[in-house]
Amino acid sequence: MFPGFFEWIWDGGHMLFMGGLWYALGIIGLGLTYCIFKAAIETAQGDGEGHGHGDEHH
Amino acid sequence: MDSALIPKGVQRCSLGKFTLLIAVVGAVLLWGVYAMLLCWIKGLNQTNMNDYYGFALWIWADLAVIALGGGAFFTGFLKYIVGKDELKNIINYAVLIGFICYSSALLILAIDIGQPLRGWFIFWHANVHSMLTEVAFCLSCYFAVLTIEYIPLILENRQLNKVPFFHHLAHNMHGIMAVFAATGAFLSFFHQGSLGGVSGVLFGRPFGYREGVFVWPWTFFLFTWSAAAYGPSFTLMCTKILEKASGKQLVKDNVVDLLAKISGWMILTYIIAKIADTLYWALVTAPARGHTLMDFYSNNPVYGIWILVLEIVLGGIIPAIILVVPGTRRNGYLRMTAIILGVIGVSVNRWVMVLQVMAVPVMPFDFWAMYYPSWQEVATTILPVAYGIILIALSYRYLPIFPQEPELNPVD
Repeated sequence: MFPGFFEWIWDGGHMLFMGGLWYALGIIGLGLTYCIFKAAIETAQGDGEGHGHGDEHH
Repeated sequence: MDSALIPKGVQRCSLGKFTLLIAVVGAVLLWGVYAMLLCWIKGLNQTNMNDYYGFALWIWADLAVIALGGGAFFTGFLKYIVGKDELKNIINYAVLIGFICYSSALLILAIDIGQPLRGWFIFWHANVHSMLTEVAFCLSCYFAVLTIEYIPLILENRQLNKVPFFHHLAHNMHGIMAVFAATGAFLSFFHQGSLGGVSGVLFGRPFGYREGVFVWPWTFFLFTWSAAAYGPSFTLMCTKILEKASGKQLVKDNVVDLLAKISGWMILTYIIAKIADTLYWALVTAPARGHTLMDFYSNNPVYGIWILVLEIVLGGIIPAIILVVPGTRRNGYLRMTAIILGVIGVSVNRWVMVLQVMAVPVMPFDFWAMYYPSWQEVATTILPVAYGIILIALSYRYLPIFPQEPELNPVD
């Protein structure tokens, strides 16, 4: 639910709950977008070797 | 036939043997899917839930797998935020277990709500005064985090990793994994807590009701604490099961010892808080509302006083002592006994906080309501177990889950 939607009320509950949800989704979305774009750029530049993380998992 | 997909430096069973395992477990999975379809097509009359038991086996299973899946967020927190670098050798498996637990929880919820096509209502038409709304938000977001943590593992499959884009993507996701892990720890703190808060705020249900701080009853904190305490134990239990099944050591003893030690200290501190909470509830909170402790226990087969002993003594004090004392923790047999007792203990805790809360009579005309799940409920609860086994089998076969495996099991 966004502000402006007919059920929306400008109170603490809505701001805290929905703000928290969009904040968390924002971090996840931005993080994932950053990884995808960076990978796409690196792939386009042909930077395919030399990361050396073959033995590193998480 | 599939050797090109198997990680380098490790050995796996033949494809025929593997397919047979998947087929056997897949049959159980299909049984669960059949029961799930019955619930969706015919409705919740397929269950034995009633006016007393609006929450039943499914919600217990939900709460139990979410607690047991807590190993993912807590191990991630220890690895990325606290800096326990040894845990990098078990974090992949913890993430996989967490992914299975949380996807199972969401699947069970999708069956439980009866009309899964309306599942999105809780996000768009949110009741911001409900603990369960917070649970739904954090659960879904955290599942997204777990998926993001699991994706790099998939991309590190031998063949997928040859694709430059996937190779870079996996590398970049590893690079900012601390951000996702921190977000996951934040989300887990709130949804684990809110699951506990649900029973804690039910002032009409004196078995579950607790006092607390601000809007959070003590059960809020106890649930988060117990998930962080027992979740790593469940990860260790699954690791041991996989080691037995594969006939190989997959994680070095020092890593197992470290995680068992952390789990032990967390269980010890949790059980002290739980005992204090139980005593205050039994001696102050409940008497203030006209109840005695024994009003909440009965001679029936499910809700006797033994369940309190099972949860706190067998499932709490004993595993805590075994895992905290170095001598007993380093004994493999005793360590595994403690881990199994702990897993039983936290599952019993979720059982009483979901089912006993509703079974205890609260009105003069009430009685001890009993509940026995229908076969459809049992089948749909076993369904995630079968799904979990299949996903673990596939991941173990094709993905580099255990970084120490090649070193511990050199291939000639």
